Amino acid sequence: MNFFIEVVLNGLMAGVMYSLVALGFVLIFKASGVFNFAQGVMALFAALTLVGFMDEFGMPVWLAIAGTILVMIALAWLIERLMLRHLVNQDPIILFMATIGLAYVLEGLGDILWGSDVKLLDIGIPHGASDYMLDTFDIYIDKLEIFAAVTAAVMVAVLALFFQKTRTGRALRAVADDHQAALSVGISLRTIWIIVWSVSGVVALVAGIMWGSKSGVQFSLSLIALKALPVLILGGFTSVPGAIIGGLIIGVGEKVAEVYVGPMVGGAIENWFAYMLALAFLLFRPQGLFGERIIERV
Amino acid sequence: MTINGASSEILLKVEDVSLAFGGIKALDSVSFDTRKGEILAIIGPNGAGKSSMLNVINGFYHPQQGTITYKGQTRKQMRPYQAASQGIARTFQNIALFKGMSTLDNIMTGRNLKMKTNLFWQALYIGPARAEELKNREAVEKIIDFLDIQAIRQKAVGKLPYGLQKRVELGRALAAEPDLLLLDEPMAGMNSEEKEDMSRFIIDVNMEYGTTIILIEHDMSVVMDISDRVVVLDYGRHIADGEPHEIRANKEVIDAYLGVSHE
Repeated sequence: MNFFIEVVLNGLMAGVMYSLVALGFVLIFKASGVFNFAQGVMALFAALTLVGFMDEFGMPVWLAIAGTILVMIALAWLIERLMLRHLVNQDPIILFMATIGLAYVLEGLGDILWGSDVKLLDIGIPHGASDYMLDTFDIYIDKLEIFAAVTAAVMVAVLALFFQKTRTGRALRAVADDHQAALSVGISLRTIWIIVWSVSGVVALVAGIMWGSKSGVQFSLSLIALKALPVLILGGFTSVPGAIIGGLIIGVGEKVAEVYVGPMVGGAIENWFAYMLALAFLLFRPQGLFGERIIERV
Repeated sequence: MTINGASSEILLKVEDVSLAFGGIKALDSVSFDTRKGEILAIIGPNGAGKSSMLNVINGFYHPQQGTITYKGQTRKQMRPYQAASQGIARTFQNIALFKGMSTLDNIMTGRNLKMKTNLFWQALYIGPARAEELKNREAVEKIIDFLDIQAIRQKAVGKLPYGLQKRVELGRALAAEPDLLLLDEPMAGMNSEEKEDMSRFIIDVNMEYGTTIILIEHDMSVVMDISDRVVVLDYGRHIADGEPHEIRANKEVIDAYLGVSHE
């Protein structure tokens, strides 16, 4: 039984990581209808910048984090100026392709600026087995993962409050709902886009820090974007809670499947489980668990 | 018949505006003006360019030719943000509400430009941001009372019946405390009772706040009842302009529109 709980908990923790990346996707998709293929690379770029600031410039952790946040905001501004502004009213597929381009640009930029070797990221997050959990419940969990889970929870709570309670939050939801109506009440689409890409950039930074602390900052980090895809299909592209719960389900699902079903089919379920689950969802519930149902009038 | 005391001061003047989409001329050198404090109706058959005219005024469409003079400033075109910040609010023919949001939140977005605190305070939701939020909330509650929609304050607007949605949309426009209110078919699809309510709201807004209103409407009895002046468009051309009784008697208007059944 203990072993089962351990597997589930480990799955939940991995799921939190997926959720963090998926969250960045959802924010941008909600506000601008753009599927941002570069979200994973943004996490990588943020982590690279953070490590670079710390290692090459010798900045203390807090300064490096503040600096990286500024870089991500500047990036959002540039993306609006150089990319989104020129693609207003284009088909979603055009915008999607533009973000693929963006992904390559960012990856190349990260490489040029900070080099392509695997880097250690240690900003002082506790890690190693949690003694308390081990002693009291005989369950093995990494402290880093508990830390990541708490951070994600706090971030979601803050975002939820921001979306519900503030003028800008309302404006973000308004833009997501109806561009024309939003314009008519004097909401500036450009400002909203910069804000939403900045927020996504910060979310990407948090995701980058967590992944980077766990397994080093390496370019394969950008591939976690692919795992976020099934998460989004599961949770629905437009739902913040959906991104979180979708991530958790996939995290737990793949771990449990790997441990209990894996031996029967020769293992390696973890690699494809998420995609199979997403496929099943596409067949039976294409809007995901929490997404808005798409009803086409004919 | 003049319901209120519209002054002779011109608030909005549209001159020689032409708008084409490819080969289709939506507006063909249209000119008219609106006096401060009046209710002006734009009528005309389907496809006459009425909605295009409103879209030009609030900056959604940019005409190829002509000028728009608003509050004494002459421009080639408006921009939506500019229009909103200069006090032009509007509703849409096919209701454009934020469907996932509550009635209250929808109307609150109308106060977007009335709120000034920066993102930093908002993110913390303390100090000035909170005080401002509460102050604007009061203004919104007043509008909710005025439109008699207290019962649906917290409901998601996507699920409301059509007539109520139209009312919420009017509320959102009013929340901006506009000088010029553009209403695109405010009574479309309503039963006669709802139409009466809506007419009353429009007249009340005009009388109480002196808001200038330009509205598009197909129901002739409503138009003749509530408007001070009527502009008639047909195939993108301006064919008549005058008080309701003049329009009713105008031969060209009758030919183009009133005399022909469009049912």
